[in-house]
Amino acid sequence: MNAASGLDIAGLSVGYGTRRIIDKLDLGGISASSVTALVGPNAAGKTTLLRALAGLIPSRGSIRLDGRELAGLDAVSYAREVAYMPQTLPPRVALSVFEATLSALQSSPTAQDVDPKQKSLDVLQRLGIAGLAMRGLDELSGGQRQLAALAQCLVREPRVLLLDEPTSALDIHHQLTVMKLAGEVARERGIIVIVVLHDIALAARWCDRIVVLSQGHIVTDGAPAQAITPGMLAEVYGVEARVERCSRGFVQVMVDRALAD
Amino acid sequence: MTGLSSQAPPGQSLRPGAASAGMPPIEAYARRQRRRLALLAGLLAIMLAGMLVDIATGPSGLSIGAVLHTLMDPAAADAGIRVIVWEVRLPAALMAVLVGAALALAGAEMQTILNNPMASPFTLGVSSASAFGAALSIVLGLAIPGLPANWNLPLFAFLLAFGSVLLLQGLARLRGTGVETLVLFGIAMVFTFNALVALIQFVASQEALQQLVFWSMGSLARATWAKLGVLAAVLVVMVPLALRDSWQMTALRLGEDRARSFGIALGRLRFASLLRVSVLTGTSVAFVGTIGFIGLVAPHIARLLVGEDHRFYLPASVLTGAGLMSLASVGSKLIVPGTLLPVGIITSLIGIPFFVALILSRRGSLG
Ligand SMILES: Nc1ncnc2c1ncn2[C@@H]1O[C@H](COP(=O)(O)OP(=O)(O)OP(=O)(O)O)[C@@H](O)[C@H]1O
Ligand SMILES: [Mg+2]
Repeated sequence: MNAASGLDIAGLSVGYGTRRIIDKLDLGGISASSVTALVGPNAAGKTTLLRALAGLIPSRGSIRLDGRELAGLDAVSYAREVAYMPQTLPPRVALSVFEATLSALQSSPTAQDVDPKQKSLDVLQRLGIAGLAMRGLDELSGGQRQLAALAQCLVREPRVLLLDEPTSALDIHHQLTVMKLAGEVARERGIIVIVVLHDIALAARWCDRIVVLSQGHIVTDGAPAQAITPGMLAEVYGVEARVERCSRGFVQVMVDRALAD
Repeated sequence: MTGLSSQAPPGQSLRPGAASAGMPPIEAYARRQRRRLALLAGLLAIMLAGMLVDIATGPSGLSIGAVLHTLMDPAAADAGIRVIVWEVRLPAALMAVLVGAALALAGAEMQTILNNPMASPFTLGVSSASAFGAALSIVLGLAIPGLPANWNLPLFAFLLAFGSVLLLQGLARLRGTGVETLVLFGIAMVFTFNALVALIQFVASQEALQQLVFWSMGSLARATWAKLGVLAAVLVVMVPLALRDSWQMTALRLGEDRARSFGIALGRLRFASLLRVSVLTGTSVAFVGTIGFIGLVAPHIARLLVGEDHRFYLPASVLTGAGLMSLASVGSKLIVPGTLLPVGIITSLIGIPFFVALILSRRGSLG
C-alpha cells in the first residue's frame, strides 16, 4: 500500500457560524477494504465530521482520497466517491422502498447504470428487505426505514461509505446483519467504511479500527483491543467500566456506574 | 431466521391486499407504473369531459352533442352556436384548464422544494404578490421601455412573484423554521400585498379599478386567444423542464442531506424550480387574477392517487388541477343561475374547508 492510497484527513476544521466544533483534526491512513468505527459521547462532533467528509458543510483543511483532494469536486463527482447515511431516519413519504432506492441512483445525472432496477433489487435482497420493496416509507417501522436508508447509500456503490449510527433503530439481529454487511462490502469492493456507533462492543467486534472523538478531538485511535480501555471510558464517557474478553475472545464492555464529575 | 420480511419469502410484497402480492418486486413495480399511467389517462379523460360540460354550460344551454358537433365541424354549425362556442365558451374553458394546470404544477413544486404540505402560490402569498405587480402595471402604468405593451403586465406579475418566492425560500432555509412558521409568513405576505393592492385601488381611475376588481376575485371571463397562447407556451416549456428534474425532486423528499449526498446540486434545483413557480403563477395571475387553493388541493389529490414519484406526481397534479378548474368553472355558472360568479370565489369556497382540515389533521399526526 503506497502512501497516497486511502483516505487522509489533515488539519480539518469545521464549525457552525462562528462556533468551531472540530479544530485542526488529523486522521490519516484510513485504508481501503477497512471498516473504521467513530465513537464518542453525544455532541462530540461525530455527525459534524461525517457531514464535512461528505461535503455537506464547508470545512477548512484537506480531505484526500487516494491522494486527490475532494474539496474541488462538483456535487455529482463528489457523490460518486462518497455516500453519507444521515443519523436521522428518512421521513415518512409516499415512496416505496424500491422507488426511494431507485431515486438515490437516478438523481445523479451521470449515473450510467445499465440496470438500475436490478441493482436496487440486489441491494434490498442483500439487506434482507426485498419483501419490503413495494411498501411505502410512510407505512414502515423505524428499523425498517433505517434499513431502507442504508439501501439508498449502498446502491450508489461509493468508494467511501459514511454511516451515521446505522444501527440505532435496529434489533440485535439486524445490528449484526448491518455490521457484517458493512465489512463484506468493504472487502468485496475495496471501499472505505466509516461508521458512527454508540455500542462500543459492537464497534469492537466488527470494526478494524476505532477512533474515539471527544469535544472535537481524537482521544484514541487504534485497533479495538488497544483503543478500548477502562481509562478511556472513564475519561471520555465518565463511567466506571470493565473491559473483558468473552470466551470467544471478543471485547466486552460492562458499565458499572457513572462517575461523579 | 428472523427478518423484517420474515412474514413472506424474499422478493414478495407484504402489503396487505396489494395487487402485487406474491410478485417479484421488479414486476410488481412495472405493474404499479402501468396502473399509474392508466390513472393519468383517467385524469386526462375527466379533464376533457369537464371541459365539454364547461363549454355546454351557460345562459343558453347547449347539449354536449351540439358542442362536440360545433367543435368538430364549425362550418356546418349554426352561426349563433358557433359564436357562443368558439368565441365565448371555448376560450374560457381552455383558460380554466391552462390556469388550473399552471397553478397545480406551481403548487406541487412548491410543496416539494419548500418541504411543506401547505405550500401553494395562493397560501404563501405568491399570487397576492403577482396581483400587486399586475396592479402596479395597470394603475401606475409602469412599463419596461421597448417591451410590447401587453407583455408588461405578465412581466410585473412575474417579477413580484419571483421576489416573494425568493423571500419564502430565504425564510425556509433559516434554521429552525417549521412548516407552520412558513405558513404564517405566507399569510403575512397575503395580507401585506392585498393591502397594497387595495391602496392602489384607492388611487386608481374608474376604468383601472374595474380591471383590478377582477384580479382580486379571479375570473375567466376575459380569456382571449392571445392570452391562451402565452399560457400554453409557458406550460409547454415548464412542464418538460419540471419533469427533467423529477428524479431529483423525488430524492429530495428523502431529506436534504440525503439528496445532496446523492449528488443533487440543491441550490440549482431550488432556484430552477422557484423560477418555474414564479413564471407559472405570474402568467396565471396576470390573465385571470388570483385563484385560490387549486395549487394546494390538486397536489394532495395527485399524491393520494399516484404517490410521490415525481414522474407521475407532477403530471397527475397538472391534470387534477386542470380538471378541478373546469369543474369550478361549471360551478361558477350554476350556483347562482343566470349569473357568472368569479371562479376564484368557487375555488376558495371549496378550498378553505380543505385547508382547515389539512391543518387540523397535521396537528393530530405524529409528524
Ligand atoms: N446545525 C447545527 N448548528 C449549530 N450547531 C450544531 C449543529 N449541529 C450540531 N451542532 C453542534 O455541534 C456539536 C457537535 O454535534 P454533532 O451532531 O456533530 O455531535 P455528535 O457527536 O454526532 O452527537 P450525537 O452522538 O448526539 O449524535 C454539538 O455541540 C452541537 O450542538
Ligand atoms: Mg450524531
